[in-house]
Amino acid sequence: MSLSTSFKIEPRREIPRSLLYATPLLAVVLTVVAGFFIFLFMGYDPFLSLYHFFVSPLLTFYGLSELMVKAAPLIMIGVGLAIGFRANVWNIGAEGQLTLGAITGGVVALAFWNQEGIWILPLMCIAGILGGMAYAAIPAFLKTHLNVNEILTSLMLTYVATLFLSTLVYGPLKDPMGFNFPQSRMFGDSALLPILLEGTRMHLGTVLALLIAVAGWVLMTFTIVGFQIRVLGQAPAAARFAGFSRTKLIWLCLMISGGLAGLAGTFEVSGPIGQLIPVITPGYGFTAIIVAFLGRLHPLGIILSGLLMALSYIGGENAQVEVGLPQAVTGVFQGLLLFFLLASDFLVRYRIRRRAAVPQAVGAAQPAE
Amino acid sequence: MTAEANAGVPRLEVRGVTKRFPGVLANDHVNFAVDPGEVHALLGENGAGKSTLVKMIYGVLHPDEGRLLWNGEAMDITDPHAARALGIGMVFQHFSLFEAMTVLENIALGMDEPGDMASLSRRVVEVSQAYGLPLDPDRNVYTLSVGERQRIEIVRCLLQNPKLLIMDEPTSVLTPQEVERLFETLRKLSAEGVSILYISHKLDEIKALCDRATILRGGRVVGECDPSVETAKSMAQMMIGEELKSVTRRSAGTHGEARLAVEGLTMPSEEIHGIDLKNVSFSVKAGEVFGIAGVAGNGQNELLLGLSGERLAHHDTIVRIDGEPVGRRDAGARRRLGICVVPEERNGHGAVPGMSLVENGVLSGHHRMDLLSNVFIRFGAAARFASEIVEAFDVRTPGIAASAGSLSGGNLQKFIVGREILQKPKVLIVSQPTWGVDAGAAATIHQALADLAAEGVAVVVVSQDLDELLAISDRLAVINVGVLSSAMVTKEASVEEIGLLMGGVHGLEPAPERAPEEAANVA
Repeated sequence: MSLSTSFKIEPRREIPRSLLYATPLLAVVLTVVAGFFIFLFMGYDPFLSLYHFFVSPLLTFYGLSELMVKAAPLIMIGVGLAIGFRANVWNIGAEGQLTLGAITGGVVALAFWNQEGIWILPLMCIAGILGGMAYAAIPAFLKTHLNVNEILTSLMLTYVATLFLSTLVYGPLKDPMGFNFPQSRMFGDSALLPILLEGTRMHLGTVLALLIAVAGWVLMTFTIVGFQIRVLGQAPAAARFAGFSRTKLIWLCLMISGGLAGLAGTFEVSGPIGQLIPVITPGYGFTAIIVAFLGRLHPLGIILSGLLMALSYIGGENAQVEVGLPQAVTGVFQGLLLFFLLASDFLVRYRIRRRAAVPQAVGAAQPAE
Repeated sequence: MTAEANAGVPRLEVRGVTKRFPGVLANDHVNFAVDPGEVHALLGENGAGKSTLVKMIYGVLHPDEGRLLWNGEAMDITDPHAARALGIGMVFQHFSLFEAMTVLENIALGMDEPGDMASLSRRVVEVSQAYGLPLDPDRNVYTLSVGERQRIEIVRCLLQNPKLLIMDEPTSVLTPQEVERLFETLRKLSAEGVSILYISHKLDEIKALCDRATILRGGRVVGECDPSVETAKSMAQMMIGEELKSVTRRSAGTHGEARLAVEGLTMPSEEIHGIDLKNVSFSVKAGEVFGIAGVAGNGQNELLLGLSGERLAHHDTIVRIDGEPVGRRDAGARRRLGICVVPEERNGHGAVPGMSLVENGVLSGHHRMDLLSNVFIRFGAAARFASEIVEAFDVRTPGIAASAGSLSGGNLQKFIVGREILQKPKVLIVSQPTWGVDAGAAATIHQALADLAAEGVAVVVVSQDLDELLAISDRLAVINVGVLSSAMVTKEASVEEIGLLMGGVHGLEPAPERAPEEAANVA
């Protein structure tokens, strides 16, 4: 009798809730473990590197405030993307919508450059939202009218947006007194987000980001609109059966995610940056995709995952300074995190069972009792 | 054949087989035996444990207790591969065929050792001719009728020279004529010594075909009988364990204007091999139950989409509710005007499997049940609505927070039917109302439909189960390849006529003659 063992992967019937929430933690732990070995093989002290990556940025007040500054755009964009992802609308181009929002918000700031007034900032925010929405309207139109995949169109438009921003700051929006540097004038005081805490860069947008996450949670959990979005994502035929318009919902999702990305862009240029420059984002629009999934597409989870991913930016910078790690380490960590999250999600949906596969006739071997 | 050497020994004996699932005892010390050449019926309601039992015989599941004896020898059937090696073949209720591939390719894919394609093709032709199962090996599956597709599955089993053939609800998708043809094949096999385990809850068929019947209820064997001496009613009572309720119809006022009127609905299908609707017209008055019969896949789904508003007609006047044109209005608008719909597919169409029963109540209920306050869902009211459905239709569920996907098919069907009925529709359109529900629940649903009609609702029932339509409808029409026949009064209609309309000649012709040189090769 041979004793061969085979492993079998089979889908779970019910997905355990606990596992659903445990896997993001598992992914974080695996990322840290993998980071440990990467640092080790690169010849850095792994403990010291991890300390400066994950711990020391959190030990200072300024570090914590920077965490909020970086987390704010990630949370805002992540919440918007998650709403779309729930409906199976895959807006991958938040980076481009963010850039457009920065441009439109920035243009308003520069148009009223030498004026004062409390209306300038709200006007910029509206312009930023509209800019992001307008840019997301392109993939929305192409998807609803021509059935073009929004993943491709929104992603490709990102590069167009970045080049458009460069064109502006190298050309018409260049600071006339700026010694020919590719950057706009510094925004006037009325166009800058108020700083909440003296000595930090923590601006009004960080609080708004949290409020937006709460609003997103209310929308998705308690309203018929959120319900429609969830039904469309889980069972498109049931959505049609219930009379929910797929076209309207696709537009809505892209307008929400585009608008929030655009607003985040305006916050970036009117907050931490204070002017238009060729590169205004270290990839927030892409990182927010990881934020959305790590937060389980739940607006409140996204607050936590947004903070974690913000730490990867700050920790990466900190580790560069303190240990001399290369700049790419931030991207590596973000990539590892997404990789491990997707890998552990496999275990949520499937289980691996060991079984002995021994075909045999038991009649001869075991007499009847 | 070793039949004579083993004279008196059953081909298959199931001895004390028990199978538990979490919370359910699916089979409780089940005993029965199938002799060589016997056509043995396994009779029981949904959930009686028939499927679990045959899955153990076919090696898909493994018994917790008890044993299976094959020609008198205890066997451990580890998987379907081992079952086939013993000589057990199974034709499943739902076929596993690749539509874009040919008959031959599909047969080869399902076999353990298909051999080379040329000789397999010859064997397919031989077997299909020998057993009256005309099949052209080179046809693409998507061009075939359901009856023809079933033949592929049967031929695939026969090619492996089975000693025991398990048929799981084989006739649920066939026209009466196709059923008769299938029975001829099965009788021929039985005459050659092949044992047949025939699973069904259609009592007339079992009477016509089977030598013996084992009746299961709640996982236990509750009786064994000779179907030829029993009446359908007596077997049904054994199966259900209580007196059968028959639907009582109060005479409904079927006068007045049509509540639902469809005039010249023409609609190309969205599916690649779907059925286009061609000039479908009918009308249903208040208090009337209108049946639409037809073999699956003849445009029923398309018709349902066109009626519910999931797809729009070309003109507003093509569909009218109480005289009001709604042909261009979407599903939500039509629901608010009073059309409620139960689609054929439960999971993913009539319900969202991952959502709770409360949320699934909101899904179609929010148009008519006052479950919203502005954009906010009134979860309290939604929970009451869900509880009301669960109670009124005896939905077996751990609670209203359970996900729709965790309910058994029959219970989810009860929930969906209940959800639509409790919305007090003016027009109710139901597809396969009792598909997969047990006889007791089917009676409840039929009664609810009859009561609804008595209250003046126009009811449209689309069903493949002709007996069901004959029992509950006032008038009926037959849909075939997207064309709806003219309506007939049910009491005056003959089964033969309906059967011919359902099948026409479609799917009943023999396979085209092979080219002469190929025929020579066969010889």
